[in-house]
Amino acid sequence: MKDVISNSEYMIEIEDMYKIYKMGENEVRALNGVNLKIKPHEFVAIIGPSGSGKSTLMNMIGCLDTPTSGKYYIDGNEASQLKDDEQAAIRNKKIGFIFQQYNLLPKLNVEENVELPLIYAGVPLAKRREMTKTALERVGLYDRRFHRPTELSGGQQQRASIARALAARPPMILADEPTGALDSKTGSEVLNMLKELHQEGKTVILITHDNKIAHEADRIVRIMDGEIVFDSSVDGDKSQVNV
Amino acid sequence: MNLTQSFKMAIKSISASKMRTFLTMLGIIIGVCAVIVLVSVVQGSTGSITESIESLGANSINVIFTGRNSTKSVSYEEMVEFLDENREYISYVVPNMTGNGRVKYQSSNLNSSVVGTTPDYLTVKNRDIQSGRFINDMDVQKRRKVAVIGSYNARELFGFEDPIDKQIKINNELYTVVGVLDAISNSEGGSDDDTVIIPYSAGRLIFRTSKIRSYVVWASTAENVEEAVDRVERFLYSKFGDEDEYSVISVASMMDTLDEITGMMTILTAGIAGISLVVGGIGIMNIMLVSVTERTREIGIRKAIGAKRSSIMSQFLIEAALVSCLGGVIGILLSCFGTVILGNVMGIDAFPSIFVMLGAFLFSAVIGIFFGWAPASKASKLNPIDALHAD
Ligand SMILES: Nc1ncnc2c1ncn2[C@@H]1O[C@H](COP(=O)(O)OP(=O)(O)OP(=O)(O)O)[C@@H](O)[C@H]1O
Ligand SMILES: [Mg+2]
Repeated sequence: MKDVISNSEYMIEIEDMYKIYKMGENEVRALNGVNLKIKPHEFVAIIGPSGSGKSTLMNMIGCLDTPTSGKYYIDGNEASQLKDDEQAAIRNKKIGFIFQQYNLLPKLNVEENVELPLIYAGVPLAKRREMTKTALERVGLYDRRFHRPTELSGGQQQRASIARALAARPPMILADEPTGALDSKTGSEVLNMLKELHQEGKTVILITHDNKIAHEADRIVRIMDGEIVFDSSVDGDKSQVNV
Repeated sequence: MNLTQSFKMAIKSISASKMRTFLTMLGIIIGVCAVIVLVSVVQGSTGSITESIESLGANSINVIFTGRNSTKSVSYEEMVEFLDENREYISYVVPNMTGNGRVKYQSSNLNSSVVGTTPDYLTVKNRDIQSGRFINDMDVQKRRKVAVIGSYNARELFGFEDPIDKQIKINNELYTVVGVLDAISNSEGGSDDDTVIIPYSAGRLIFRTSKIRSYVVWASTAENVEEAVDRVERFLYSKFGDEDEYSVISVASMMDTLDEITGMMTILTAGIAGISLVVGGIGIMNIMLVSVTERTREIGIRKAIGAKRSSIMSQFLIEAALVSCLGGVIGILLSCFGTVILGNVMGIDAFPSIFVMLGAFLFSAVIGIFFGWAPASKASKLNPIDALHAD
C-alpha cells in the first residue's frame, strides 16, 4: 500500500459532513453539515447531549464509518479515496481507540489483547513483546497480563484497552466516553492518563457528556442535533461552557 | 500479518470451544473414516481374490468344454498332438477332471475333491511332493488305481501312520496311496491341501465319464499367453465349429476383468463415502456461518484496531481448514482401527493404503477451504462500525 504521508497542517479536516439514516419515511440527521479542523497535538473534548451525534462523529474521524456526504481528510488524505486496506492501516498505525464498553476480546488474555494491533501491524515477535510490556507497565497492568478481561474490574479493563490503544504508538487517541462506565475515582485516573498522553505530544480527542471532564481538555466542541454549535477555538474561551 | 499469526489465532479460537469444534469435525471424521475403510476393504478383498487367481499361475490357460447338450470333447491324445505342433508357445497340456469322492481308510473317512490328471499337473500347479511320488506316465497309460493325497487328507485319514502304499477306498474303489503333496495352505478341510489326485484315465467311476471336460494349457512364457490362447481357440474352433462349445480363459484375462470390477467398486464406494465428506463440508460451512454471525463483534473490534480484510479472511479460512484437516487426521486414525477390525470380521487382509489416506486428507483440507470460503469472505467484508455495534 502507498505510504500515507502528512501533507497538511491539520491532522483532521472535516468539510460539510452529513450522515443521514433513513428509517422509512423518517430520516435521522446524525451529522448535519459538520465542519471541524483539528491540528496535531491538540486535546479536544467533544460534548453534547445524548443522541447529538458525538459517537457518529468519532466513528467518522476513526475511519470506522462512511459519511452520506462531505469530505474527510486525515493527514491530508481524503478518507473516502482510500482503499479498505489503507483505512485499516490508518486505524492500525495512526489511531488508538478507547471505547466506553472497553471492547476487549473476551477469549484473549490482557497481553494478547494489547498485542493484537501490533500483530496486525506486522511487528516481529521480540519487538512486539517489548512494546506490549511497555504499554502494560504504563497502565500498571503488567502483573495482570495473563488474566482474561472478565477477571478484571471495569477500571482495569479500561486500562487494558488504553494499553491496547497505546501499544502501536499511534499519534492520535480517540476516546468515546472512556469514563462513562467508571466511578469518579477510576474515571479521573483514566482522565489523567489521557492528559499525560497529550503532554507527550499525542493528539487526543475525548468524547464526553460531562462538562467538568471536558474542561480538562484545551479545546471544547459542543455538538447538538448533528451540528457544531460551539467551538472554543472559534467562538472564544472554553469557560463559556458551564461546568 | 503473517500466516503464523493467522494459524495461532485460528488454533486459539478452535481450542476455545472444543465441543463445538468436535461436532463441526464429526462430519469430516465420519466421511474420511468411511472413505478409507471402504476403499481398503474393497482393495483387501480384491487382494485375496487376486492372490487365488495368481496362484493359478500367469501362464495358465483354462479350457472348459461348456456345450451342455453336446457329448463332444477333445481327447487327451488330440490335445497332445496339438501341443506337439505348438511347442513354441505351449509347454504343457494337463487334463483337469474334477469330482467328489468319499475317501476311506480303515475306520476313518472324509469327503474330498478328486482331480484326475497327468504327471505334468505337478509343474503346472506349482506343487511338490512331501513323501512318496507323484503319479507317472505308466500310471496314466495302465490306468493304475493310484492316488496322491493332500496333507490334510493324510493327517485326517492316517494320523501318524505312513500313508505310502496303503490302500484307501474312493467311492468304494480301491486305490493305492503313492505320495503325499506338500502343504501349501493352512491344511484345513476345503483348502488346496484337501485333495486327492489320481490318473485321469483311472477315474471313470469317480468322474462318471471318461470324457475330459477341462484342461489346463500352460503357455511357454507369460508373454506368449495371448498367442497361445489364440492358437487354442483356433484349434478348438476347427474341432467344434461353434464358439459356444468351449471357453478359453487365461489368468491374464481374469485379472483384467477383476481389475475392471475392482476399479468400479472402488470408485463406487469412494464416491458414496465421498458424499458424506461433502456433507461434512457443508456442516463446516454451516457452523462457520453461525460462528461469523456470533463473532461479528469480535470481527468489528479486530477491524477497528487495524485488521485488514485479508487478515480476517485468512483467520477464518485457516480456522475452517484446520478444523477440517484435524477431522481428517482423526478420521484417518479411526479408519486404521476400523479397517483392521472389519478386515478381521470379513476374514480378509485389509490394510488402509497410504495413498487413500493421503487422498482423503487432502480432500478434507480442500473441503475445509472450499466450504470455509463463503463464511470467511462474509466475515472479511463486514463493515467495521456495523460489526462493532452488533451484540
Ligand atoms: N445505525 C444507526 N441507524 C439509525 N440511526 C442511528 C444509527 N446510529 C446512530 N443513529 C442515530 O444517530 C443519532 C446520533 O447518534 P450517536 O450515537 O452519534 O449519538 P451520541 O451523541 O453518541 O449519543 P450518546 O451520548 O447517547 O452516546 C441518534 O439519533 C441515533 O439514534
Ligand atoms: Mg455515543
